[in-house]
Amino acid sequence: MALDKQTVAKVAHLARIRVEEDELETLAGELNSIIGWVEQLGEVDTDGVEPMTSAVDLKLRLREDEITDGDYPDRVLKNGPSTEMQFYVVPKVVE
Amino acid sequence: MSDMLTLSLAEARDKLRAKEITAVELTDAYLSAMEQTRDLNCYITETPERARAMAKASDERIAAGKAGAMEGLPIGMKDLFCTEGVQSTAGSHILEGFTPTYESTVSQNLWDAGAVMLGKTNLDEFAMGSSNLTSYYGGVKNPYTKQGSNQSLVPGGSSGGSAAAVAAHAAIAATGTDTGGSIRQPAAFAGLVGFKPTYGRCSRWGIVAFASSLDQAGPMTRTVRDSAIMLGAMAGFDKKDSTSLDMPVPDFEAALTGDIRGMKIGIPKEYRVDNMPGEIEALWKQGIEWMKDAGAEVVDVTLPHTKYALPTYYIVAPAEASSNLARYDGVRYGLRVEGKDLNEMYENTRAAGFGAEVRRRVLIGTYVLSAGYYDAYYLKAQKVRTKIAQDFKNAWGQCDLLLTPTTPSAAFAMDEKIDDPVAMYLNDVFTVPASLAGLPGISVPAGVDKDGLPLGLQLIGPAMGEEAVLRAAGVLEQAAGFSAKPALMAA
Repeated sequence: MALDKQTVAKVAHLARIRVEEDELETLAGELNSIIGWVEQLGEVDTDGVEPMTSAVDLKLRLREDEITDGDYPDRVLKNGPSTEMQFYVVPKVVE
Repeated sequence: MSDMLTLSLAEARDKLRAKEITAVELTDAYLSAMEQTRDLNCYITETPERARAMAKASDERIAAGKAGAMEGLPIGMKDLFCTEGVQSTAGSHILEGFTPTYESTVSQNLWDAGAVMLGKTNLDEFAMGSSNLTSYYGGVKNPYTKQGSNQSLVPGGSSGGSAAAVAAHAAIAATGTDTGGSIRQPAAFAGLVGFKPTYGRCSRWGIVAFASSLDQAGPMTRTVRDSAIMLGAMAGFDKKDSTSLDMPVPDFEAALTGDIRGMKIGIPKEYRVDNMPGEIEALWKQGIEWMKDAGAEVVDVTLPHTKYALPTYYIVAPAEASSNLARYDGVRYGLRVEGKDLNEMYENTRAAGFGAEVRRRVLIGTYVLSAGYYDAYYLKAQKVRTKIAQDFKNAWGQCDLLLTPTTPSAAFAMDEKIDDPVAMYLNDVFTVPASLAGLPGISVPAGVDKDGLPLGLQLIGPAMGEEAVLRAAGVLEQAAGFSAKPALMAA
């Protein structure tokens, strides 16, 4: 499955990373060499095999649905590049 | 004062408790060592004032008879662990200036045990790399060089700053994290002991996430005993990490009995890869002999899906990374580059904030998770991962531990391999399988190559098998008697 420049541009947009037009060719080449290499997994017979979703055999724990932390907005917002009145400030989203 | 730097963590601990040295003296010796070795670029952020204050508090606790397991021992903290009030960058431009308002569980456990923080060590950006060359804060030099050469070599990665610091005596020990080999490979390149425990043994809470189903913290130390002591202080159940193992932490140091008689050591034939240097093959054979001499039984085993581990990893890890790194959006922390609207602000911020390797992996991860490709790549890789884990389960029917080389080569030059991402990925061929299966693996310095560069052997155990791994590692260390010293070392 070869990634063309158009696919790379689409994936970059999905990942919200700006990629300049003149970088697409090189990037497509690099990504193709990686994708081409991982495609050898097609050789493995995985019929009836369950996908592995956890590195160790353990069940996710349940906990009481209660508030155990929080109530310190200043600490939460401390590293925000732009904050005001206990909110993060972003460019205008709705007209 | 300088001979303090040659003490192992265990020796320094004993001398501190016996009041033969003080934590302040030891910390001052290391702070001066950090200055001497600054050219290696081991640390992104040095924290000398904090170190002195922590050392003073340690001396007070020792005087009061309240010494913890790591009391007064000055360590480097990989800059992937969030540390309250101290910049935590993950080696990335996008997190430059990020100063957490909380402390990771593992670092908190170490401070609670009395450890002293010297600073935050350099690493590949977001722990993605095997050379430390992808760090936004510059590459790290390996304190080892080839005999008769002054060419700079990489310390391995991603925990390259930690490895170089411990080897150059700019820290008595350091934390690492390992997703596909990031503790074990740099340990092998720098003549150290690097231990990735069972997935879940150390809490992931407060560690900047790379691939959450693989990430695991562990110690990087000069000896196996040091590794046991430090892992004991790092590990433990944490309800803030949903995959933390809810099990008691054994006394790892007590596992170092030196007795492996009757233990069965498996040798996986698939780890004989093409183009592996003869001296690594020879070292592996030597390791097998050492195990036999110590009374272990050596058996041949097969892990038939080994060759698929790397390609599986390079789907699973980037997929998880693309999801984890979605949080770097210019809104909550770190870098922001404005744009004409929200989307453009995201795209500009992430273009400026991520380096080439991180961008590559986020794009690969986004691609393999995208509609139409999910089943062909991501789901397929998860199924192959099941088969890789099953190979190990089958092997445990025949043996207690596995012995393999840690890396297919010794440390390489800083200007090699950077152009070909797949060639770089091959560094982790022997470490990735145990990561995918969540198993404990340790690298022990076992010899040197023809140029005098360190080589490591790896022991892998079953889940929760840290004690057996450490016991055999102790025997291996004793037999190997590794004594090489780096060209650049503080004194």
